[in-house]
Amino acid sequence: MSESLLRVRGLTKHFPVRGGLRRAGLVRAVDGLDFAVRAGETLGLVGESGCGKTTTGRMLVRLLEPTGGSIEFAGRDITHAGRRELRPLRSDLQIIFQDPYASLNPRHTVGRIIAMPLEVNGITPPGGTNARVRELMELVGLNPEHYNRYPHEFSGGQRQRVGIARALAPGPRLVVADEPVSALDVSIQAQVVNLLRDLQRELGLAFVFIAHDLAVVRHFCQRVAVMYLGRIVEIGDRDDIYERPQHPYTRALLSAVPDVTRLGPAGRIRLSGDVPTPLDPPSGCRFRSRCPAARDRCAAEEPALVRRDGGNQAIACHFPESGPLGAMPANGTDAEVPA
Amino acid sequence: MSLSPVDGAALAEIESGGAAGAEAGVSRERRIVGRSPGQLAWLRLRRDRTALVSGAMLVLFVLVALAAPLIELAYGIGPRDQFQSKLDGFGMPLGYAGGVSGDHFFGLEPGLGRDIFIRLVHGLRTSLFIAFAAAVLTAVIGVVLGTLAGYLGGWLDAVVNWITDLTLALPFLVIALALTPTLTLRFYGQRDAVPPAFGIGVLIAIFAVFGWTSTARLVRGQVIALREREFVEAARASGAGLGHMLFRQLLPNTWAPILVSFSLAVPQFITSEAALSFIGVGLTEETPSFGRMIYQSLDYLQTDPAFVFFPGVTIFALVFAFNLFGDALRDALDPKSSR
Amino acid sequence: MDPYLRVDDLRVGFTTTDGVVRAVDGVSFSVERGRTLGVVGESGSGKSVTALAVLGLHDPRRATVTGEITLGGRPLVGRPEAEVRRLRGRDMAMIFQDPLSALHPYYPVGRQIAEAYRVHHPRAGRAEARRRVVEMLGRVGIPQPERRHDQYPHEFSGGMRQRAMIAMALVNDPELLIADEPTTALDVTVQAQILDLLADLQAEFGTAIVLITHDLGVVSQVADDVLVMYAGRAVEQGSVEQVLRQPQHPYTWGLLSSVPSLHGDADADLKPIPGNPPSLIDVPAGCAFHPRCRYAEQTGGRCRTELPELRPAGASGHRVACHLATEDRIRSYAEDVARVGVAR
Repeated sequence: MSESLLRVRGLTKHFPVRGGLRRAGLVRAVDGLDFAVRAGETLGLVGESGCGKTTTGRMLVRLLEPTGGSIEFAGRDITHAGRRELRPLRSDLQIIFQDPYASLNPRHTVGRIIAMPLEVNGITPPGGTNARVRELMELVGLNPEHYNRYPHEFSGGQRQRVGIARALAPGPRLVVADEPVSALDVSIQAQVVNLLRDLQRELGLAFVFIAHDLAVVRHFCQRVAVMYLGRIVEIGDRDDIYERPQHPYTRALLSAVPDVTRLGPAGRIRLSGDVPTPLDPPSGCRFRSRCPAARDRCAAEEPALVRRDGGNQAIACHFPESGPLGAMPANGTDAEVPA
Repeated sequence: MSLSPVDGAALAEIESGGAAGAEAGVSRERRIVGRSPGQLAWLRLRRDRTALVSGAMLVLFVLVALAAPLIELAYGIGPRDQFQSKLDGFGMPLGYAGGVSGDHFFGLEPGLGRDIFIRLVHGLRTSLFIAFAAAVLTAVIGVVLGTLAGYLGGWLDAVVNWITDLTLALPFLVIALALTPTLTLRFYGQRDAVPPAFGIGVLIAIFAVFGWTSTARLVRGQVIALREREFVEAARASGAGLGHMLFRQLLPNTWAPILVSFSLAVPQFITSEAALSFIGVGLTEETPSFGRMIYQSLDYLQTDPAFVFFPGVTIFALVFAFNLFGDALRDALDPKSSR
Repeated sequence: MDPYLRVDDLRVGFTTTDGVVRAVDGVSFSVERGRTLGVVGESGSGKSVTALAVLGLHDPRRATVTGEITLGGRPLVGRPEAEVRRLRGRDMAMIFQDPLSALHPYYPVGRQIAEAYRVHHPRAGRAEARRRVVEMLGRVGIPQPERRHDQYPHEFSGGMRQRAMIAMALVNDPELLIADEPTTALDVTVQAQILDLLADLQAEFGTAIVLITHDLGVVSQVADDVLVMYAGRAVEQGSVEQVLRQPQHPYTWGLLSSVPSLHGDADADLKPIPGNPPSLIDVPAGCAFHPRCRYAEQTGGRCRTELPELRPAGASGHRVACHLATEDRIRSYAEDVARVGVAR
């Protein structure tokens, strides 16, 4: 196994909340993550809202200060590094945002937006900033002639391309992409996914790709980590996760994705209820309150993320399931919807 | 139930179409150079008839104020020249409507017999100078404090908020009434002649001390909203320092509301100056000013109504034009705020 | 049986400073009781505007609505606002994408639903309304409906809020339910719950449902019929099997091939539709899709000049607005599938 570019150990982020007269609580947004990304590798972080995937991404690029654990990038501990210490690494580590409207400064021309990471870090690329901006626009499929236009003159898909060009400007080694296509129209989504794939291969970039759409992640990532309530419940190679999911949550999640290739209500694993609040997660296994296979042990003991059968797939579950998805027995715990 | 989501949905569809519309234009190379948000606001402003009329009036007022010495030269009468010969035995101007004639466009003051027109021209100069200077000062103080408090937050924000609340709690009139004579005494004593510039300076200082709070709050709110926007995070993730964040990312996005609040502050200061001069705070007798003129004219309300009429109408037109223009400016800068 | 909702040649135009925007331009469809019509389209396709027109929610000062809308035999277009308002909420109801903006934050959820009930049942007392609301809350799968009745929207989770919205929409037993992206803001596991709930309720009450969405996956799960919209016009219409299994319009092909799937070759590139959806202010002449269509050249320029009519194609009820002859279309498509694997 080659050297890890990014290594995260026990990464934790708790947000304190003050609720009127009540005792201050803690939102355990991210609660002890371990994972690594090798150079040139794409890791998908998937999960539903509130699972902490966005918070994780923000911590990786140091927009948020971790509460605990460590982030190691290119062999250096950057967990609590200040602006000055981070300086030499900033151009190696970039982020792409979800909202193509909010992520571009409306008062700046597109050229200036793309050049921002260069300007901020005082980098003058060979051939000059202007040439580099045009080259980047060409790379992401924008007309380089449009460098002096403003964001409002571009469509959503094109703005997302601008955001991508900005992230690529300083020549990063790792890009954190936070839901980069979920705000786009279906036909545009595919364009941007293809673009990211091409760039990843051409430039040999490593990606942490954060998304809630499992199908998109499947088309982009080599490895996938499934998150639930601030923890990783399953991590492994793409084919393991999609073809041989073992954690009940991964299996439910995969079966809930509506698929155009299947008409009519397919054999879904129905989960009851909503995700519990991270203010007060269930004891033991956090998924147990919605898990169709939960037993007594799940409430008492928190399962560790461990490798099974010596493979690359690690599961945090006391009673992992195996076998193909379709063969899952329909569970009878659907108390939510009376028949 | 509110129908806002309905309107929202319809608007969103049209707007997203509009965004793509810009794109359709792009693909056909209809426009080569992009239009900045500022240019678009200017276009909208030029299409607004209220803005054109009130703007033209303002330009006229400013030109008159700037050209006061030239007008005096052409008119041949100074603001302190007295024409006792044109008054009757009771000190009332001869002729109709307060002595309106070819020599004295707006007639003469009863008692001292000074020319009302040229005093108005100079009064306009005084008023506009005080109002603009005070507005600029308040804007600068408000922007600096508001931006720093909003962006840095923490104890600085708490201190600025505290000072703001304190300032708002101070009784403006009482302090103005108490402070001005005290300051005058402190600097010039009982007998010294007080130069007009001192009174003007005191007024501007009082306005600046009391007027910055609204701008500071406005800017602070804007900055706090912007701080969470993804383009600001993008700059932070690239390692931008405080200077870049404030001057490149944040301030360019706050100048629209600052401009609007500036244009609405000027008429407020004009009326405040008139009010303070009216109750005898601030300007000395020989400085021509709207407030003092109206104050003096009240004695002649029944015997010489023209003396009240001309300054009254002028100040009304000035303030009205400013307010109309301020509103039109707000509409042009933020088309969604109204209508 | 006569369809409950019939929409005939609906046109909705908005007057803007840049000219008249034709948000919907001649759309016809019908929905029977107990059936679901899925309206699919990207942003700006006019799908939401169509829904609002059916509900009579467009501001007459800004929008002009023409064409015919018949609800249970009663014409709606051109009727006085008061008359349409009586039908709205009682005979037809709507679910929005964002339940938070449709629920008033300062009133308990139960009270808001009761209000919706009492508007159409003026003689119902407080106690009766409460009974009805609690029953509905339980019916849509909200646990402890008695307690939830008095809670505020912020105390509900996203999925619960959407359930409350559905309870509010169904409290008067409407015959037509219009759902505008009802699950877009929800997580997949919750989306699955809501879709199941809608299907259950429909089976019980025989409601006609118009489901507006951009997600073909959702359509494939719950719709009986599908209407594909592009730039304010219907480009393909038919049963869900016809439209998703034997798609006939190049735009539908493009949509299907650009959706990533959990099955098939994960390493293959997606096949996006090139270009961007058109602006409604500046819709391309001829077929609005022609600038993005790879078959537009096969008709010798007709696609650029002549608006294609919605014509029957293949099996009964399947209609397509495309200039390509049906055989050519099927052949080109089959060739493309063989060559680049356009659709699955």
